[in-house]
Amino acid sequence: MTELLIRGGWVVGEAASVRADVHVRDGVIVAVGEDLEVPDGARVIEAEGSWVGPGFVDLHTHLREPGGEAAETVASGARAAAVGGFTAIVAMPNTEPAIDSVDTAAYVLSRGRHAVVDVAVAGAITVGRRGEHLAPMAELAALGVRLFTDDGAVVQDAAVMRRALVYARPLGVRLAQHAEDASLADPGQMNEGPVSSRLGLIGRPTLAEDVIVARDIELVRATGAPLHFLHLSSARALALVEAARAEGLPITAEVTPHHLSLDESACVAYDATYKVNPPLRGNRDVAAVRDALRRGVVDAVATDHAPHAPETKDRPFDEAPSGVLGLEHAAALVNEVIGDDPVRLFAVLSREPARIAQLRGADARVGLSAHGGAIVPGEDANLVVFDPEATWVANREILQSRARNTPYHGRQLRGRVRTTVVRGEVVVHEGEVQ
Amino acid sequence: MMDTIRGGNLIDLGALSREAIVEVLDTAEGFVEVASRTVKKVPALSGRVVASLFYEESTRTRLSFETAAKRLSADVLSLAVASSSVKKGESLRDTIATIEALGIDAVILRHRSSGAAEQVSRYVPHVRVINAGDGLHQHPTQGLLDAFTVRRALAGRRGVEALGTGASLFEGLRVLIVGDIRHSRVARSDIDAYAALGARVSVAGPATLLPDDLDEWPVEVATNLDTALERADVVSLLRLQTERGTGAFVPSLREFTSTFGLTEERAARLRPEAVVMHPGPINRGVELDSAVADLPASLIAQQVASGVPVRMAVLYLTIAGRAKEER
Repeated sequence: MTELLIRGGWVVGEAASVRADVHVRDGVIVAVGEDLEVPDGARVIEAEGSWVGPGFVDLHTHLREPGGEAAETVASGARAAAVGGFTAIVAMPNTEPAIDSVDTAAYVLSRGRHAVVDVAVAGAITVGRRGEHLAPMAELAALGVRLFTDDGAVVQDAAVMRRALVYARPLGVRLAQHAEDASLADPGQMNEGPVSSRLGLIGRPTLAEDVIVARDIELVRATGAPLHFLHLSSARALALVEAARAEGLPITAEVTPHHLSLDESACVAYDATYKVNPPLRGNRDVAAVRDALRRGVVDAVATDHAPHAPETKDRPFDEAPSGVLGLEHAAALVNEVIGDDPVRLFAVLSREPARIAQLRGADARVGLSAHGGAIVPGEDANLVVFDPEATWVANREILQSRARNTPYHGRQLRGRVRTTVVRGEVVVHEGEVQ
Repeated sequence: MMDTIRGGNLIDLGALSREAIVEVLDTAEGFVEVASRTVKKVPALSGRVVASLFYEESTRTRLSFETAAKRLSADVLSLAVASSSVKKGESLRDTIATIEALGIDAVILRHRSSGAAEQVSRYVPHVRVINAGDGLHQHPTQGLLDAFTVRRALAGRRGVEALGTGASLFEGLRVLIVGDIRHSRVARSDIDAYAALGARVSVAGPATLLPDDLDEWPVEVATNLDTALERADVVSLLRLQTERGTGAFVPSLREFTSTFGLTEERAARLRPEAVVMHPGPINRGVELDSAVADLPASLIAQQVASGVPVRMAVLYLTIAGRAKEER
């Protein structure tokens, strides 16, 4: 019997925070209230001044296994997630081979069962993520897959995307689009604008994102199928999403920590650490992304954690792979943008992503417990203790990820995960994986 | 802004002040006469080692740099990338580290990737890095030798020595750059050099080959090519880099020539004292008519000749020169 008492924190609910203790036994919350007695043999976590809420859920994690284990494995990515306060992550399907079959999905899920946090998988929409033939979505759905995306690639062909939406709707799953029109974005290396022009790097315009978002909104209107937009970065695309949601279309959207906190000027020294798709944008777009998060135009923050082996990021800018790390610093960066609002922080990092990924309820088939729920007796104890005032400095030398491509090295951060609890077990305390 | 390249790198002309550029031009003037000696050598860099690393083939730039290094008595390590371990997949960083281990003072780098020279300068902070062209970004020695060529031609007409004129001959000079500005490292370096020296730079080209952010560049846009040609003191034509796929930005080469090529007909509009330049290699019949390339107004042959003394100046200043604060 494992007992845990999280004492004296602010327990963050869906509408407000209350000062309370949380008593956990055998993976489940058994009591929430003021001045609970310390049970015999219980581990006590002092949470004075901290926020206690449902563990964070990342809709968008690249774990690189199978095929890219030099950069990350399911185990190492899960440790990075735990340090960042995440209790569940959704593994993206752009592995080698892609997660476009039951075998590959089952393999990643089986690795996830031994990981320190819950690992769900997203399946590919099309075979090999090539945008041509539909992947076996019904078989994958039967295995418990709830989110499908060709992320890293866009489903470029409108007829294929329409067919995928129509096919997915009765399966009760959600498609997610990496919205960048390839004909406009490729072979671009960074945001198209004055900085790319001066550096002699070919640009990826916001227009590429706007065009796919506009197209897909019409496809959702025509099919009635739900769609999630990954990592939105353009002011115009966000305006289109806001209008579509106001109409009641079943559209959800995420933004990333890096699009909230970095801009295109990071690329001026040709350091490919800052190379990512969609690219870091100009100031006007960054302001729009921050505003969209504050106003609820988007549902969630997702990390797009994208590990790459160091030697690949050392290449010339146009030869280096795209992607930045995110799991270990995400919460602090979101905290900076949102300000002193625990309800909103847990909404965008836990409740809404859990709803979109359908992780609110446990699914024994895939070995997943429930995430993003209320802090009440009977709920699975997936929890995070977050100190909103703690200041610290991001350091790429002490990451849990196997990779080192964090764009935040040396940045002063405010707000830090103190404790992460997965199924009632303390998996991270004060930055240390237990 | 850097006021000298002494003891430093040469990566981006946009980082150089007018003084730094004039210093290179003046130093190059001193090296011109070396070419007319029987023994075409000075001992300035004797015992120094310069590596020439060309990831993109470029016969004229490579020969020009290596000739410059040899006239300064430097030892030249010339890495033929096409037949080296680079072909076996060695990374730029590892190749540079290997060459550095041989003990070099400077590396001359030509690379297809924008930013490669700047990245290399971070890998080997104690080695001087000379950018011989990086992607679409910069080709600083081309910008310097173009300015050098123009200054010599203008000084020659006035019967004065170019040395000692500083930047005065560029004051108010109308420079017109025509063609693919968007994808041109030569355009970026030329514009930086001419603007720093005080010239009035304007550009002309098909709208698809102009940068989107041209209003932030120190140039004017010439909306009417014919009028702009009539006013220009210097007309600089850029190579249409069809090998990079930029041909798809215009309907056809024929249309590019008919709208923005320097045809004989258009060349007739030039003022008698105007000069015509091209960084080479020329696509004869595309950017300019064959006959125009051979007109007396053409400085194209002088540009090639200027390459060696200008590159001697760059190598000498960066390798032998000490930054002022160190002296």
